[in-house]
Amino acid sequence: MNGNNATPLVTCRDVVKTYGSGNAEVHALRGVDLDVYPGELTMLVGPSGCGKTTLLSVVAGILRPTAGSVSVLRTDLTHLSSWRRTAFRRDHVGFVFQQFNLLPALTAAENAAVPLVIQGRSRRTALARSKELLDQMGMADRVSSLPGKLSGGQQQRVAIARALIHHPHLLVCDEPTSALDAKTGHTILELLRSIAVEGDRAVMIVTHDSRIFEFADTLARMDDGHIVSVERKNGRDKHEIDNQAIAS
Amino acid sequence: MNWIAFKMLTGNRGKYLGIILGIAFATLLIAQQASIFCGLMLQTSGQIRDIQGAGIWVMDPNVQFSDDIKPLSDSDLYRVRGVPGVSWAVRLYKGLTRSRLEDGNFQQTILLGLDDATLVGAPPNMILGNLFDLRKPDAVIMDLEGYQLLWPGEEPRIGKRFEMNDHEAEIVGICKASRTFQTFPVVYTRYSQALEFVPPERKVLSFVLADAEKGADVNEVCRRIQEQTGLRAVTGEQFEWITIWYFWRNTGIPFNFGITVALGFVVGTAIAAQTFYLFTIENIKQYGALKAMGAGNWSLMAMILLQAMLVSVTGFGLGIGAATWFGTIANAPGSRLAFYMPLEVFVATGLAVIAIGMLSSLLSMQRVMVVEPAVVFQG
Repeated sequence: MNGNNATPLVTCRDVVKTYGSGNAEVHALRGVDLDVYPGELTMLVGPSGCGKTTLLSVVAGILRPTAGSVSVLRTDLTHLSSWRRTAFRRDHVGFVFQQFNLLPALTAAENAAVPLVIQGRSRRTALARSKELLDQMGMADRVSSLPGKLSGGQQQRVAIARALIHHPHLLVCDEPTSALDAKTGHTILELLRSIAVEGDRAVMIVTHDSRIFEFADTLARMDDGHIVSVERKNGRDKHEIDNQAIAS
Repeated sequence: MNWIAFKMLTGNRGKYLGIILGIAFATLLIAQQASIFCGLMLQTSGQIRDIQGAGIWVMDPNVQFSDDIKPLSDSDLYRVRGVPGVSWAVRLYKGLTRSRLEDGNFQQTILLGLDDATLVGAPPNMILGNLFDLRKPDAVIMDLEGYQLLWPGEEPRIGKRFEMNDHEAEIVGICKASRTFQTFPVVYTRYSQALEFVPPERKVLSFVLADAEKGADVNEVCRRIQEQTGLRAVTGEQFEWITIWYFWRNTGIPFNFGITVALGFVVGTAIAAQTFYLFTIENIKQYGALKAMGAGNWSLMAMILLQAMLVSVTGFGLGIGAATWFGTIANAPGSRLAFYMPLEVFVATGLAVIAIGMLSSLLSMQRVMVVEPAVVFQG
């Protein structure tokens, strides 16, 4: 499947997720199979309500699937206790949210330091690391700014720094460009590709934004709780992804 | 995580101040009302405390509190003196009389007649004059607040005259005395002089003040007095509590103040809990994000508890400060307000505020416990 014959970092097999019961039952995922490889940027695309975010939540260990299995870093998340899933997220998963979800009372550096603090690092160590990371992202002059004083693009950079500060193996991004203009969105994706996509890390992005499909190594199209197609590029220069087809 | 909790709390100034003010208000209400209650209760027994030098009070067995005078016969004094272990015993007159001022006005007055020879029970703090001038004819010593009540706006001075029972009295001294529950002026004089200031009665001895011999157990001496004379003998402290409990049982004061204290607790809890809960709800997505990033429920509960304790301590500090400020005003010279804040009120208020903080945070904790981290993916 993978051009590099690498072992998948994320393996989903026949994943089902159902919300509610009886007449109110909603099938968000109806038997999803997906492999996500390290060193790649995988995009989940599809119409609203097709189950993209649910799949992302299941893979990130936030939601437990109703059926099927989800394995990340060879750990079967399906049978992990709630406490262990929390610990797993803390140690191995980074998050970038659509609305950034920065803590408004914390400065940019403090926000980026939060995952290290959750891991139990001292405030000083965490802040030193977050300032270093924000510096790499061109935010050195805004480390002391509160989120309210930052532009959308700057806030998303802080969110990316926060997601990467603890060196997670899996980075999940939910619509990371939807709150940004086209140019800023493009810049954010370039940043994600250059900083986040590393040899031992997989990046999963849920998006509607067809303008950023070009950054994907793998494009998984979803519809009505199924993955309807998976397109992989064997080297980014060799295989073009049909943006128009997916966007439609 | 503590500093994150702290910054989250203080970052929203409006809510932060709202919660603190709610708790401060509750603290003020609880501490102030409880202290006024204690002050009033203390006033009921103030005159017992002011009578110093005597360890034992002897009285009619049916006396229920310090103003419930049931006169003894003069022979009772000698019977008390004859009890083994009693070092000395003297008379004390205590009663109400009417003072007539130069302008023809009358004022109820508490009259204390001290043993002529020893002046046991004399006021401990003289402001003007000399205690031993009480030995002069018609001499009385009046408490400062009583003087100001009788002659408002006048500078206290000795030599002032007024009448009691058509008998002229001359003020030879001004003293400091505990405020009385009835707020009447307190007039000290000699026992023999006091009998001239009140209408004649068959029995006039109100109390016998006594003390135990050196090394003797006061309670044992009291027991012996009771056994041998049939009178009631208690220590000064016991008599204070007998008086306080009488007012506690027989007046609506504790109940009324208890209601206000309870209201302070309920209103404070309601304000603090509501504001704190709204604060948590506003931040629920932030808590969801922290959960998604791997913060456990215990960590988040600790954050909320820390926030609750922080606002509780700050609110308590402000509230107790305001109550103390009120107390300073209440206890200023000339003020008729009762206020006494014992350590017990301070500690009990602190515990009540901690309870308010805990109750306030419980709702918020419950909300944060059940929030799904997936909430962060809802746009």
